[in-house]
Amino acid sequence: MKSWLEDVRRSSWLVSLLAVVVAFVLGGVLIALTDPDTQAAMGYFFARPTDAVSAGWRAATEAYGAMLRGAIYDPQAATATRQIRPITETLTVATPLIAAGLGVALAFRVGLFNIGAQGQLILGVILAGWVGFRLHLPVGIHLLVAVLAAVIGGALWGGLVGVLRARTGAPEVITTIMLNYVALYLLAYLLTTGAFQREGASNPISPPIDDSAAFPLLLGDSFRLHLGFLVVLVAAAFVWWLLERSTVGFRWRAVGANPAAARTAGMSVSAAYVGVMVAAGALAGLAGAAQLLGTEKSLTGGIAGSIGPDAITVALLGRSRPLGVVLAGLLFGALRAGGVLMQAQTGTPIDIVLVVQSVIVLLIAAPPLVRSIFRLEPRKRRSTDSADGAAPTAERQGAAA
Amino acid sequence: MELALEGITKRFGSLVANDGIDLVVAPGEVHCLLGENGAGKSTLMNVIYGLYRPDAGRILVDGRPLELTGPGDAMAAGIGMVHQHFMLVPVFTVAENVVLGHEPTKGPKGVGLLDLAGARRRVRELSDRYGLAVDPDALIEDLPVGVQQRVEILKALVRDAKVLILDEPTAVLTPQETDELIAIMRQLTAAGTSIVFITHKLREVRAIADRITVIRRGKVVGSADPSAPENELAALMVGRSVSLGVTKAPPKTGEVTVRVRDLVVRDHAGTRVVDGVDLDIARGEVLAVAGVQGNGQTELTEAIVGLQDAVTGSIRLGETELVGLRTREVLDAGVGFVPEDRTHDGLVGTFSIEENLVLDRHRAAPFAKGPALDRTALRANATQLIGDFDVRASGPEVAAGTLSGGNQQKVVLARELSRPLQLFIASQPTRGLDVGSIEFVHRRIVAERDAGTPVLIVSTELDEVLALADRIAVMYRGRVVGVVPADRHENLRDVLGLMMAGVPEAEAVAQAAAYPSEVEAAAADAGDDPVVTT
Repeated sequence: MKSWLEDVRRSSWLVSLLAVVVAFVLGGVLIALTDPDTQAAMGYFFARPTDAVSAGWRAATEAYGAMLRGAIYDPQAATATRQIRPITETLTVATPLIAAGLGVALAFRVGLFNIGAQGQLILGVILAGWVGFRLHLPVGIHLLVAVLAAVIGGALWGGLVGVLRARTGAPEVITTIMLNYVALYLLAYLLTTGAFQREGASNPISPPIDDSAAFPLLLGDSFRLHLGFLVVLVAAAFVWWLLERSTVGFRWRAVGANPAAARTAGMSVSAAYVGVMVAAGALAGLAGAAQLLGTEKSLTGGIAGSIGPDAITVALLGRSRPLGVVLAGLLFGALRAGGVLMQAQTGTPIDIVLVVQSVIVLLIAAPPLVRSIFRLEPRKRRSTDSADGAAPTAERQGAAA
Repeated sequence: MELALEGITKRFGSLVANDGIDLVVAPGEVHCLLGENGAGKSTLMNVIYGLYRPDAGRILVDGRPLELTGPGDAMAAGIGMVHQHFMLVPVFTVAENVVLGHEPTKGPKGVGLLDLAGARRRVRELSDRYGLAVDPDALIEDLPVGVQQRVEILKALVRDAKVLILDEPTAVLTPQETDELIAIMRQLTAAGTSIVFITHKLREVRAIADRITVIRRGKVVGSADPSAPENELAALMVGRSVSLGVTKAPPKTGEVTVRVRDLVVRDHAGTRVVDGVDLDIARGEVLAVAGVQGNGQTELTEAIVGLQDAVTGSIRLGETELVGLRTREVLDAGVGFVPEDRTHDGLVGTFSIEENLVLDRHRAAPFAKGPALDRTALRANATQLIGDFDVRASGPEVAAGTLSGGNQQKVVLARELSRPLQLFIASQPTRGLDVGSIEFVHRRIVAERDAGTPVLIVSTELDEVLALADRIAVMYRGRVVGVVPADRHENLRDVLGLMMAGVPEAEAVAQAAAYPSEVEAAAADAGDDPVVTT
């Protein structure tokens, strides 16, 4: 799994870009095929194929056009506010995706497959929610404490995985998946208790958080975009610094690339595992903070949505680099935000967004697949990866020198 | 049968691994293929064995061209190969392994009952004919390496191999086992089998070969007579004249600062892989640990640097007790460590040279500034060390994994030797390196000794041990059989060889005098000096 991660991470930007393009093309074909007009025209396809093709083309371009308007800028909207609202929606939706994606990406770089962003996020919102609606602190401090609570909640949940991996060797893939369920049902349970359930409510929902605990809106009341977005961008910059410029990140990357050599050089592999899972959990917790304190304002059982699974895709598409994760998060935010308008205006089901996402995952998870579709040169493998066996490899290495 | 290669060319991308190679292996001869690591020997053999398809040229068997699409064709044509790394199923018996892949059957046609009795008979018959002394019912995992190798040879013989390719067969053997192998090879050639013997060890070549073909950079650069002096062969192999020995002054031995007492290391199964070892190393001396691979040497060095878990006993470095310390603390105490597998343990292949050069020192000034890494300091350090250690790379930002083995080892050495040391440990410091790099590495190790550092070398190559050591500790099954000063015995090589098989020193001396080894005798016949001059 580690060498696969390496391959995904080291494959070129072109592969990621092509994966996105292919996914959109396939999505377009699917939109065309499911369009009623196209299907009608298919009935006499052999008589006049142009009808079916043009109907399909129209359906796909209309759907994607609506998606674009819903994601970036809508010139057809009535007011200026509504015209620019789509881009702010994209940024809002992207905020938790970027934060959680950073957490997953960070763990990838240390060779850990962190599937647990969902659980870490949920622990974060549980603590942040409690701080948000049970503690009544002064403006400023309240938000700070609530965000910290989210970060700590995520860090604890992630750190637990790190400790289990370092101490017992329990594979993090399994523990994170299982802890996701634990977190999910913990939240569901808490929402039935007096400490979390809204007074008088019969459904599992918490009281709204205090205004003082909410992220301030950046562009006024007409837009949902909140301060959390900027916080997450700062977090992305920090992750970049941590990985590329700090001594801690140096050790983490070394452990990720070659744990045996890291150990021989006196680094503690265990410390790296625990440390990076704490950091990854903290970032997922921050995603929870953005979701709860920025957009949702109340805890519900489904508050995490599909942020956790999406974060894995974002991290993979962003090739585990902070800038890549930000861009991938924005793309996914745009897909989500644009999908809503697409469904409303053209009747194309929003599920097509899921298809596009899934195809992207499929393609970036198998860089050789994209390379073979587009006949790209296979990237130069390190000669130790050669399938030809050790002896001829050694010969070649030497002869190359 | 006669095997002939005509103009074999094999390319990997832009690299020409074999460049128009012509070679004729006559019936019943031992044909040595001599060349450095990376010269293209193994590629050529894989072409003959059908694992690679040549880009040009052809293979002739008794004058008829041979089309090979895979090892199956090669075997059918009578070509057998014994790989450097054995391809045996450890939990199967010898007979089962020998018939694996072409199991003999009995009973009615189509029923296909496994005829193990027949297999055992065949193994016994062949074993007797060639003096292999292999029990068909023994489990592979219970057999010593030398016997496992004979099972590999049997596998080829059972399929009627007329040409047998042996790829670096002596790398895993003690000198005495090598002698036994040579005897077997004589039996085989007497029966008409030809043998292609691949090696980079000059000493063996001269003892065994009927003919020698030297390969350098993918080309045949010449053939030589087995009676040619070693330095002539070496020059042919490397392409320039080389000094085979290491010039070093007598040691200026100081006080003993490293004391290992009753060291025991257990593996995961609880076996004592290092079993009560006592060693002393003084300032300014090289103590070499000799032994066949897998007798506890690796674990010994790893225990010193804190990479083994279950360690008891004592390792004192000056006043510091190293047992129980973490690797980082051991390194900080002034221990430099070159691990035996540089790509696995020594380097992070995807990291740049400059990053690899501070792998163990990135926490301290000048490389760390607070929590941040000082990239300028990294670059300056790399530029300096790349020059000092003659690392051939296009720049300090090049990924270490793309370097040649020699240059990778220079990076590891540069990192470990560029700080003041209280103890320098190098495990297999020249494994897989070209002659030029070997010279360089040996010079550096001797220089470190001369600077007054206690040096511990672990090597399975006797040549290396003899070239570097001031004293030699021989390990066998986790124990030190004896510690011998490098100048104590005339026939040190024979004595050490016997000790590597567990024979105590006194007994080894007596035996070595009574039965001088074949390889040694061949070297003496040729009338030149032993390879290693100290």
